[in-house]
Amino acid sequence: MNIVVALKQVPDLQQIRIRNRQPIFDDVPLTLGNIDKNALEAGVQIKEAQGGKVIALSAGDENIEDTIKEALAAGADEAYLVIDDQLKDAESSLVAKVLAAAIKNIEDVDLILFGEGSADNYSGQVGPRVAELLGLPQVAFASSIEVNGNTVKVTRSLEDCSEVVEVNLPAVITVLSDINEARIPSVTQILKAGKKPKEVVELDDLKVELPDQSPVKTISNLAPDSQRKKVVVKSVDELVKALEAEGVIGR
Amino acid sequence: MATVLIYSDKTNMALELLTAARQISGAVKAVTINDSQAAQELASAGAEVYNIEQPDINLADAAVAASVLAQAVEQLQADTVLLSSNRRCKEYAGRLAQIIDAGCLTDVTALQVNGDQIECQRNALGGATVATQTITAPRKVIAIRPKTFEAAAAGSGGSVNSLQVNVPPSAVKVLEVRGKEGDTVDIEAAEILVVVGQGMESKDDLPMAEELARKLGGEVACSKPVATDKKWLSEERVVGLSGKKCKPQLALLFGISGQVQFTVGIRDAKVIVSVNTDENASINQMSDYIMTADLKQVLADLNKAL
Repeated sequence: MNIVVALKQVPDLQQIRIRNRQPIFDDVPLTLGNIDKNALEAGVQIKEAQGGKVIALSAGDENIEDTIKEALAAGADEAYLVIDDQLKDAESSLVAKVLAAAIKNIEDVDLILFGEGSADNYSGQVGPRVAELLGLPQVAFASSIEVNGNTVKVTRSLEDCSEVVEVNLPAVITVLSDINEARIPSVTQILKAGKKPKEVVELDDLKVELPDQSPVKTISNLAPDSQRKKVVVKSVDELVKALEAEGVIGR
Repeated sequence: MATVLIYSDKTNMALELLTAARQISGAVKAVTINDSQAAQELASAGAEVYNIEQPDINLADAAVAASVLAQAVEQLQADTVLLSSNRRCKEYAGRLAQIIDAGCLTDVTALQVNGDQIECQRNALGGATVATQTITAPRKVIAIRPKTFEAAAAGSGGSVNSLQVNVPPSAVKVLEVRGKEGDTVDIEAAEILVVVGQGMESKDDLPMAEELARKLGGEVACSKPVATDKKWLSEERVVGLSGKKCKPQLALLFGISGQVQFTVGIRDAKVIVSVNTDENASINQMSDYIMTADLKQVLADLNKAL
């Protein structure tokens, strides 16, 4: 059973500071998205139960060679990396095209896992786009995955209900963060990660050409303008009076 | 002029999309799939509705749904598709965009038409920022978060037409549909929220928060760790990036430190009160009223005062 887990390199969101509403990326380390780590954990658990291997797939700039070690330490057996400067912060449709081309180059893929959305942009498009490009069935928002031979039983958690569905393999599944708790690798696993096999390819190798213009343009990206009163109140009486004056209680 | 096609599996959300679509174009077409009641309701709001009545369409299969919607786009000569960004339709968005070669934005929280550009706002960097983005590709798929727009009111000029598509075979077999168990609270609908964070030290203090919520006619909500780690409250009550985005009139925050993951879910509240023992808690920077005090005492005093 070959399981591909697609992982996105993102800046560590906890360490981004805001200055004059602008996000500051100086010295912010790169990491893998949190929900992506849950997708990896799901893949590793299936592999541990069924045998096979987990291939960590990522597309990005040269930094992903280092970042992907997190996945190799946390249970991925090998890495497949598409590296090009154009892939840094690339738009979803372009990333999907690259990942689909990469997956076609990996032999006998049975299952392709994604997080339901990336940690930074959280658009949730790349998984479904890859599924369409590869002509595979998809199930998003999985809260459990159970592989039985050639089929997989997935619980899809929607806002008002959950659906238990069955699809044939190969298939694309995107997972929710509550599907599992991603393991924290041991020091030994971290040390061994660097020695695991890594295949690095370029866009030319995949015969993928990216368009000059991205289909989506970002006009601005600013922290919301928070106009709050920031009044310090000393007592509950004072607070109640203020809230009554605001007209939000005691109406 | 752009022809905008709208679709949601939920009628109330489709009515919201109708309001949004009318800001973009005068040419709006609504699609319904095996839902003649939704078709009627949309028509009553003045929409030109195309109902696809083919019971073999499996909406639990995003590949099938996206194919059906793509055919509707071609037949109705639409160039922009608005979907609701609930999970069901968000799953369709990327796949549909791929089929019709469109640019796509999901989880859109505001939309403004500027000349021939549709400027969309959505959270970025995990909610730390709000990005304004526009799709430059000729075809566009935009998934809009529920409750971003008011539902369209009753209107005249609506019609229900029928549309036929080729239904691809489905690869997704639905074995079972389970209702959500237990807690069915809707914190997004509450006008007042009493929100509990990790600063609450004991579960024994929770009833005081519940009493306060009851007295104010509101609901109790929480940050993610209170539900997922401590399991004091159900995940239905989680505010934040991975929970609900709420816009109450009043949010009373007890023991909340103010991580971005959380604040993205509450920053649209009209009035925010934070009660915290740490006078430098980052949540204070986005609060209207700040109390540096023991939350237990404040809860007890509030329950007495109200």
